Amino acid sequence: MNATAGAIATYNFAYLDEQTKRMIRRAILKGIAIPGYQVPFASREMPMPYGWGTGGVQVTASILGPDDTLKVIDQGADDTTNAISIRKFFQKTAGVATTTRTGDATVIQTRHRIPETPLKSGQVLVYQVPIPEPLRFLEPRETETRKMHALEEYGLMHVKLYEDIARNGHIATTYAYPVKVEGRYVMDPSPTPKFDNPKMHMSPALQLFGAGREKRIYAIPPFTRVVSLDFEDHPFTVQDFGRPCALCGAEHVYLDEVILDDAGGRMFICSDTDHCEERREAGHAGEMLAGEAAQ
Amino acid sequence: MPTPLVVSDVAKTFTMHLRDGIRLNVVEHVSFSLKAGSCAVLGGPSGSGKSSILKMLYGNYGADTGQIIVNHRGRLIDITRATPRGMLAIRRETIGYVSQFLRAVPRVPAIDVAAEPLVARGLDVERARQRAAGLLDRLNLPERLWHLPPATFSGGEQQRVNIARGFITDHPVLLLDEPTASLDAANRDVVIAMIAEKKEQGVALLGIFHDADVREAVADTVIDVTAFTPRSATA
Amino acid sequence: MNAIDKPAGHGQDGTGEAPLLSVRSVSKFYGTRIGCQEVTFDLWPGEVLAIVGESGSGKTTLLNCISTRLPPSAGTVNYRVRTGEMRELYRMSEAERRLLMRTDWGFVHQNPADGLRMTVSAGANVGERLMAVGDRHYGHIRDTAIDWLGRVEIGEDRVDDQPRAFSGGMRQRLQIARNLVTGPRLVFMDEPTGGLDVSVQARLLDLLRGLVADLGLAAIVVTHDLAVARLLSHRMMVMKEGRVVETGLTDRVLDDPQAPYTQLLVSSILQV
Repeated sequence: MNATAGAIATYNFAYLDEQTKRMIRRAILKGIAIPGYQVPFASREMPMPYGWGTGGVQVTASILGPDDTLKVIDQGADDTTNAISIRKFFQKTAGVATTTRTGDATVIQTRHRIPETPLKSGQVLVYQVPIPEPLRFLEPRETETRKMHALEEYGLMHVKLYEDIARNGHIATTYAYPVKVEGRYVMDPSPTPKFDNPKMHMSPALQLFGAGREKRIYAIPPFTRVVSLDFEDHPFTVQDFGRPCALCGAEHVYLDEVILDDAGGRMFICSDTDHCEERREAGHAGEMLAGEAAQ
Repeated sequence: MPTPLVVSDVAKTFTMHLRDGIRLNVVEHVSFSLKAGSCAVLGGPSGSGKSSILKMLYGNYGADTGQIIVNHRGRLIDITRATPRGMLAIRRETIGYVSQFLRAVPRVPAIDVAAEPLVARGLDVERARQRAAGLLDRLNLPERLWHLPPATFSGGEQQRVNIARGFITDHPVLLLDEPTASLDAANRDVVIAMIAEKKEQGVALLGIFHDADVREAVADTVIDVTAFTPRSATA
Repeated sequence: MNAIDKPAGHGQDGTGEAPLLSVRSVSKFYGTRIGCQEVTFDLWPGEVLAIVGESGSGKTTLLNCISTRLPPSAGTVNYRVRTGEMRELYRMSEAERRLLMRTDWGFVHQNPADGLRMTVSAGANVGERLMAVGDRHYGHIRDTAIDWLGRVEIGEDRVDDQPRAFSGGMRQRLQIARNLVTGPRLVFMDEPTGGLDVSVQARLLDLLRGLVADLGLAAIVVTHDLAVARLLSHRMMVMKEGRVVETGLTDRVLDDPQAPYTQLLVSSILQV
């Protein structure tokens, strides 16, 4: 029992053994070489259940070095159960520095959001993906979906969007909105809101996607074209909340609704908690805070 | 006078495989020719093979031996050896046929049944319908029936639709299988007049008419089918 | 039919037109069992060929071999693509073959559920092929779908309903619309009226007959129903135990059958 610098000695650095990391890194490199292509990999059992980000955790574990600074978010928040437990997991098994500041992080593992603060060159965004196959909705056969990707037969994706418009009068898909990567592969951007889709396009950061249960890894290298699918007469648009964040006053950000009481009181606040805090520290105030200040 | 169709030494046998291969010799040494502007009539008692001869000329029955040469688009073609596609082209353009019974297609109105041969040859549908309407009118088919499918018509009404369909084109050869069988006297006279007009237009006609009056009225020559009855009846 | 047996120029069609599809000595063996053997024929544009025979006669095997759904053990299938070039189907890349299948060809399955997406709307079922070839205008796709639904006698008010809510006859008509929307030149049909009520069959047959004639489609129809063959086809091929026992003009084969087996088939029809 000679515990060293914060890491648990009985575990390899970042939990996974080096052979596994090499295997996963090879899959990542292949994914980067073929943007948007789903690379199969031998997903390992992780000490957490499927659906808790086992794919993302394996990708993070394979790319993490001792000098990295890790940020983990879940639905944009650094302080939810999932985010905290994954952050603690890597604090224990890798002893890496962690942060909640988007700008300070070198690796950001995320579930369901892309930070509002624009990512920089050198940063890596790791997505947790439940169902990597965008065609799965209409084509249950894996042999067939693989063939469709290989032959670029993507008519089916538009069938899904067509159904949306036929039922709702507009494209009602608001998350996991399919994108075409570098003009070739159609990709599921994981259940991020479509609000974040434009952030993927030509991002200076490397974006990696890990699906643990489905055993797939895929990637968007920096400065890659990522285009959301749409129709000429129903072009892709992002949500507009029509109001600023009630806490920090930020406009054109993704907002969460917070119920305040049982009398219909509610407010809309930044889903990205770090972004909100930074703005408030910088002196911005939304109507809620302005109201408190007045009191 | 041009000879659009020549039959030479044709024989027809039915082999009944389901009945121990019995061979029924229907006709043999069938030889005759049709002349443009003339109506020939197949004569002989029923069962003598008149209908079989007509059907062989239309490619509906195969022939065992011999040749049936037709002038199709200026080329001489042997119907007994024609490909299915070739035969369909001959039917579309060269040999018309008025059968005894209308094989009614469900849901197609009478006027379209009559107009169909013209449409098949590429004529505009409306113009084809106008021509069909003219013929149906002439054959005294009540106008209220024109837009109904003929499946429910009486025998005489169906027959008139059939005649209109057969006479609407300008095929150089026209085969008639008892076209007047179920018609009243007035309509028989219409058909007789129509046959006379076809002759004037230079069409070669070949028909079977049980009605002696009609036969008298239209026949230029009578081909005695009993002459083609096989001497040796079995094999 | 016998184009290869005859010296060039002696074909008696009198048209000189080139075939759309050329099938040469196609055989399919399942181990020692024969699926179909030595089948040779040509199909011309606008021509409807019926392949008839009882269950197990090899007609569906043959249809699958021709339509690239089942590679034959021997023989070749050539198809005249839209550029006019004759291409051997099993030498084309899979991408080319699949493109051909969803643009220039149609395949109508006996069971509509095999040819439809049961969980998307009728409109999307018809529109899928358009989207597959790059149509990206929702309004246009929808209008085209409604037009085609009308042509197969399905009301505009059903465009957003799923085929699960349709009757068997409607599903089959929807399947036909879905296949014809890209203006294919060749349609394969496997027992298109099988499993339908007689009155529904008649309506479907009549509709098919009209569409095939109006669009100038070439079609290969597999059926065990001689009435279907008579109503739809120009030409017939009778199969027994994997081999073609008789071919010819449809009315000639039905009215003057030559082969013992054809005579048996024809004599087995119930007259009504």
